[in-house]
Amino acid sequence: MKKKVLTVDDSRTIRNMLLVTLNNAGFETIQAEDGVEGLEVLEDANPDVIVTDINMPRLDGFGFIEGVRKNEKYRAIPILVLTTESDAEKKNRARQAGATGWIVKPFDPTKLIDAIERVTA
Amino acid sequence: MDMNEIKEIFFQECEEQLAELESGLLRLNDGDRDPETVNAVFRAVHSIKGGAGAFALDDLVSFAHVFETTLDCVRSNKLEPTQDVLKVMLKSADVLADLTNVARDGGSVDQARSAQLIRELEALAKGEAPPAAEAPAPKAAAPKAASAPKPAPVAAAAAPNDEGFVPVAFSFDDFGGEEEAMIEHPAYEVVFKPKSELYTKGNEATLLLRDLSRLGEMSIHCNMDSLPPLDQMDPEAAYFSWKVSIRTDKGEDAIRSVFEFAEWDCELDVIAADAGEGADGETEELPMQPVPFDLSALDEEPHAPLGVVEEEEQIAAAQEAVTAAQTASNVVQMAANTSRAAAAEKGAAAAAAAQNNAQQASAAGQTIRVDLDRVDRLINLVGELVINQAMLSQSVIENDSNGVSSINMGLEELQQLTREIQDSVMAIRAQPVKPVFQRMARTVREIADITGKSVRLVTEGENTEVDKTVIDKLAEPLTHMIRNAVDHGLEMPEKRLAAGKSAEGTVKLTAKHRSGRIVIELSDDGAGINREKVRQKAIDNDLIAADANLSDEEIDNLIFHAGFSTADKVSDLSGRGVGMDVVKRSIQALGGRINISSKPGQGSVFTMSLPLTLAVLDGMVVTVAGQTLVVPLTAIVETLQPDAAAIHSFGATQRLISIRNSFCPLVDVGRILNFRATQANPVEGVALLVESEGGGQRALMVDAIQGQRQVVIKSLEANYTHVPGIAAATILGDGRVALILDVDAVVAASRGQPLNLETSLAAAG
Repeated sequence: MKKKVLTVDDSRTIRNMLLVTLNNAGFETIQAEDGVEGLEVLEDANPDVIVTDINMPRLDGFGFIEGVRKNEKYRAIPILVLTTESDAEKKNRARQAGATGWIVKPFDPTKLIDAIERVTA
Repeated sequence: MDMNEIKEIFFQECEEQLAELESGLLRLNDGDRDPETVNAVFRAVHSIKGGAGAFALDDLVSFAHVFETTLDCVRSNKLEPTQDVLKVMLKSADVLADLTNVARDGGSVDQARSAQLIRELEALAKGEAPPAAEAPAPKAAAPKAASAPKPAPVAAAAAPNDEGFVPVAFSFDDFGGEEEAMIEHPAYEVVFKPKSELYTKGNEATLLLRDLSRLGEMSIHCNMDSLPPLDQMDPEAAYFSWKVSIRTDKGEDAIRSVFEFAEWDCELDVIAADAGEGADGETEELPMQPVPFDLSALDEEPHAPLGVVEEEEQIAAAQEAVTAAQTASNVVQMAANTSRAAAAEKGAAAAAAAQNNAQQASAAGQTIRVDLDRVDRLINLVGELVINQAMLSQSVIENDSNGVSSINMGLEELQQLTREIQDSVMAIRAQPVKPVFQRMARTVREIADITGKSVRLVTEGENTEVDKTVIDKLAEPLTHMIRNAVDHGLEMPEKRLAAGKSAEGTVKLTAKHRSGRIVIELSDDGAGINREKVRQKAIDNDLIAADANLSDEEIDNLIFHAGFSTADKVSDLSGRGVGMDVVKRSIQALGGRINISSKPGQGSVFTMSLPLTLAVLDGMVVTVAGQTLVVPLTAIVETLQPDAAAIHSFGATQRLISIRNSFCPLVDVGRILNFRATQANPVEGVALLVESEGGGQRALMVDAIQGQRQVVIKSLEANYTHVPGIAAATILGDGRVALILDVDAVVAASRGQPLNLETSLAAAG
């Protein structure tokens, strides 16, 4: 069975890059455009791992992660934060919200796949 | 989808983000202090930077980064977005747009300008005062880029700000090849004690240990001492710790980086063991027998589905589990199981909330992206439908003389529906004029900078919709008119103050719908048209006679004449060989009209009226030498029945018609198009007074007027070939093809530029 990845990012460019990279690496990819949509599609998507941006309209990455962690079914799911914010403060906030790990942009396919494999069995 | 396509998407997205950025900044400029506005502005720059980074567009990344840093100061309330701050930001938005264009289309940017803005942005981020608020000195005084000293590269200028932004790069490239891990590699002792937070954040001890095992040969021991009896066990707590002996040449940092994600949620000790000691010595230190780390056990059931609560025996069995791997994965499973039932209620509530949100989201308006070709195909088909419906109606009417049958009723309904479908389809192509208006804001800023005038652009009705083609073609004439309004219309600040006006001039751009057309108005509160000057210029240029008696309106409209410019000296802006005549022509090419009204001392208003779509046209159906032609209604000023006394011969073939004491050349359309060999008698026909390209009027002679109707435009070029004097074709209700007259070409031909009539018109008709 292919592993399912839910990506949450408001940038169409990044969404497409994630899609191409993940599909090429043999993942099934479900995409959402912001935190609100991410939480909406979560149940139906039933992902194995989540990759999310931080800066998004409506509901940002921090809020989204908190929302996922509140969901009993998905609270133990690995969540990777995809962001250019690499400073400790933001990383810490993401962790406090419940992020499993992070990937620092600029977007690099190898880094992404490595990090996903690191948190999924 | 390949990278090039994604890059294309990136640039499309950049355009949207840039528009978002500019409108956000303008809202801030108007005093909007909504945090969401600041956030949206920040996000726009942030997104551009993120995408640009992926494509290694370094110039764009470094500029966006500096910009973003400054915006972050505004976002965190460290920097007050005053007018002066926003001025720098708006200029930065322009540079960002330039950099994006260069990244897409090549070329180069004004390096000096972007370096300057980087300095200003950095100064703002450091809390230094923004540049002086007074009106900027005319740009002409500044040295041009060619003579300017070579600016420091953008990246270098950005460097000081990069402190604290150190991307954490990690790579597994160096890893692998664990088979090579030999005895002589240094040995480390790793003690890893997860806290329960580690699991709640989705990390798994087993996965981390698996990662660790890739670094080298290791032996692992699980310490289960703190595991309480089952009845006291908290299924979500962390009870196990691991002690790992590993030999690796990757060093301590590599070991620590395995636990990078778990750093905060575990106790981790990495001790370098004496490299000289053998593996046996280490194992002796361990209180318990080392257990081989079985990787295959992990892969068996990677993420077992969460099933019903485990049987007691199974849990007991789990307690007795020998391998650390199995135990760890069971703990996680149990944790998930137990909590599941307890929260079922909570989950349902959350689901309901989510559904609510979904409904709200869909109400907020959803969009889909559709290829323009598909829309055009649909529009074309609906055009066919309209024609077909008209033909059907006509033949029913011809065959059904009493006109009360149910067929007739049905046909009327069909006609109604067809119209509605047509309108709806046209609406798909309709887009708000907002993007064009937004571009004008930049034009105003730049011209204001160059001329040293202080200008405020006010826009109204940006959401007024019009056909995409019209929007695309509107930008150029509008830009030119705005340039004119600021350059020629508005006075210098001192002059304005002297005239009792505010130092800052206002240019207002409005759009609205009026009787099936879009009306765009551009007004300024400048000095208005200097009629004396215009009149003198027109006389100097032989446009009018020295003693011509012209109304104010007629004088104002002289500025639309070719080659007309009242600027005393050729400034940076004019002197491009583009005058208001070009503006007028491009508006007319869109089937539009333009007018000016001006009040001395109070400013001028340009009013443009444009069709909402270019797919249909209001036309007058006329007969010329037995042929049916359609004349665009926008070109016709008036129609009249010539009186024999009003026709005057002029030269061998020319004739003039006198209308209200002025002479207007008479153009026989049938003759120009070669429909007939000899000139028709004007008295037997109808004259259509049209306004032509040069601004002059002509009377077009046709045999009769059949009526006026909306016709669907069919391109002749696409279906047949270009025919001189003919703009396009249409199909009338009776199924006949009618040609749409190209008024400008016909008028030009009447002035002695013969139409190229190699192609037979008869074949087309």
